[in-house]
Amino acid sequence: MTTDELKIKAIEYRKKLLYYIKNAGAGHTGGSLSCIDIISVLYNKVLNVSPDNFKDPLRDRYIQSKGHSVEALYVVLAACGFFPEPDLETMCRYRSHYVGHPTRKVNGIEQNTGALGHGLSVSVGMALAAKLNKQGYKVFTLLGDGELTEGSNWEAALSASHYNLDNLTAIVDYNGLQITGPTSEVCKTDPLDLKFSAFGWSVEQVDGHDFEEMVRIFNGTPFRKGQPSVIIAHTIKGKGVSFMEGEKKWHHGVPDDGLYRKAMHELDKRMELIR
Amino acid sequence: MSKEYPKGKANLEVLSETLQGLAANDRDILVVTSDSRGSGKLVPFGERFSDQIIEIGIAEQNLVGVSAGLASAGKKVFAVSPACFLATRALEQIKNDIAYSDNPVKLIGISAGVSYGALGSTHHSLHDYAALRAINNLAVLAPADNFETRRSIEQANEMNLPVYIRFGKKPMPHLHDENTEFVIGKGIRIKDGDDLAIIATGECVFPALLAADNLENGHGLKIRVISMHTVKPLDKDMLMEAAEECRGIITVEEHSVHGGLGEACASCLLQNGYGLPFRIIGIPDEYTVSGSQSEIFNHYGITGESIAETAFNLINIK
Ligand SMILES: Cc1ncc(C[n+]2csc(CCOP(=O)(O)OP(=O)(O)O)c2C)c(N)n1
Ligand SMILES: [Mg+2]
Repeated sequence: MTTDELKIKAIEYRKKLLYYIKNAGAGHTGGSLSCIDIISVLYNKVLNVSPDNFKDPLRDRYIQSKGHSVEALYVVLAACGFFPEPDLETMCRYRSHYVGHPTRKVNGIEQNTGALGHGLSVSVGMALAAKLNKQGYKVFTLLGDGELTEGSNWEAALSASHYNLDNLTAIVDYNGLQITGPTSEVCKTDPLDLKFSAFGWSVEQVDGHDFEEMVRIFNGTPFRKGQPSVIIAHTIKGKGVSFMEGEKKWHHGVPDDGLYRKAMHELDKRMELIR
Repeated sequence: MSKEYPKGKANLEVLSETLQGLAANDRDILVVTSDSRGSGKLVPFGERFSDQIIEIGIAEQNLVGVSAGLASAGKKVFAVSPACFLATRALEQIKNDIAYSDNPVKLIGISAGVSYGALGSTHHSLHDYAALRAINNLAVLAPADNFETRRSIEQANEMNLPVYIRFGKKPMPHLHDENTEFVIGKGIRIKDGDDLAIIATGECVFPALLAADNLENGHGLKIRVISMHTVKPLDKDMLMEAAEECRGIITVEEHSVHGGLGEACASCLLQNGYGLPFRIIGIPDEYTVSGSQSEIFNHYGITGESIAETAFNLINIK
């Protein structure tokens, strides 16, 4: 997939995730829009995982620790053929497997998440198992910047460097917002790069909406042999829909009919420009 | 004719106004949150009492530990966080820093039970009674309506003891008038009857009442309904009185059938020599079905009709 194709996908995925959130009447809109480009790059350009090899012990793993952005993951997994996209019509409905956080009842999902601060520890275990089994797969996990205040992340960060897990990469969706407001006001976590490097990780920064840069950096892991890698992805919460960008109320806001049409219209316009 | 219960608001909505009432008269009241002030509808509290709210960030273990420290210095602390994360993510902090160390923090578990519905099991608290009942020196409450919610918060504030209070975010009808006596540790008999007793807690009290009305209208049965808002310490006297006077007992809770109100009642009854028809209605030990709170209630028979059916069958077994 070329960069231009990724840019087209970025708009298609956004339209789909908005459609399914609107249809379900629930969803974590802002965070899904902020990480959709990251997930797209992972599944389309980085991870060795597909519906064909999903049972293969040697497949790469992706653990979405910020489970609330499940809509973005569902849309990308469907596009990769893990399940038929129309299944998502049932999202959040009675008896549907497509609930508001990832579960392994959905093909393609490795781990049930949704309570923040679990994904990194589980990823450490998966990466450590690869080392013990002398297997070459890689483990990627996506963390929220607000999520990083969960202390468990820092326990996991210590284990990862202690065991020299250079097959593990954590990506931080660094959008600067959480539910209450700016992460810097809720509980400061900056400077993240210095914290991770003090914990024995090698750190890169990336624009989380720049496909060329992400493809290059995501494929450049490990950044240093013997060290886990962390990528601080600078993103915009609500990215792609002007009135959602940087607005905390869209964390789990669902657009009404008018705003939904407005959002779709904006995305269509953008598509015309790049086509 | 089925009795009408006047509409109320979500118990969650009562939290902010009650805490504002308390904070206005007491500078030591502190609300401590974990990126949860929006979910707790506490934004108005935060605006009015900006120096009586402490934000911890998404870190429930830290939330509870910090709350313990604040309480040890004489602050009257309400730690507010979704019940699913508060009760068990921070379980060891609750056990050691609060209950064992006698720090009288009030733990407020919001959006409890299956209130978060289709967000899935990570967000359900169907195990909090079980986990917390086993901890000494901690009262466990699930108020049924706005009145019980307000009174439990106010009374917990007066008590120099650790208390856990959990409730949901769906509007609840008013079940009591304002003069009803509310005492932590004492159940409330909402309806009299001696054919059967339904003992329910939290948001299950309302369907229990509907079931009682249903059985009365349909079968002329007299059903006693008890709001057992305090799951621990259990009102054993009221429970044993029901066992003496009624032909059977049903418990209803928005919790796993393991380790909650039902098993607490069963244990008390059996150990005091009571053997009578008895059923526990709750969420069975399986992957909880997905859906909204009311779909989940429907699925597991926590509705007026379904409870009535269980009750009817129970008193008709010899
Ligand atoms: C343990 C835990 N505590 C609280 C929550 C509720 N919650 C869901 S999303 C969220 C904010 C997350 O912020 P951030 O990690 O920055 O995610 P993003 O901005 O990417 O949406 C919170 C507090 C949760 N899911 N898990
Ligand atoms: Mg964020």
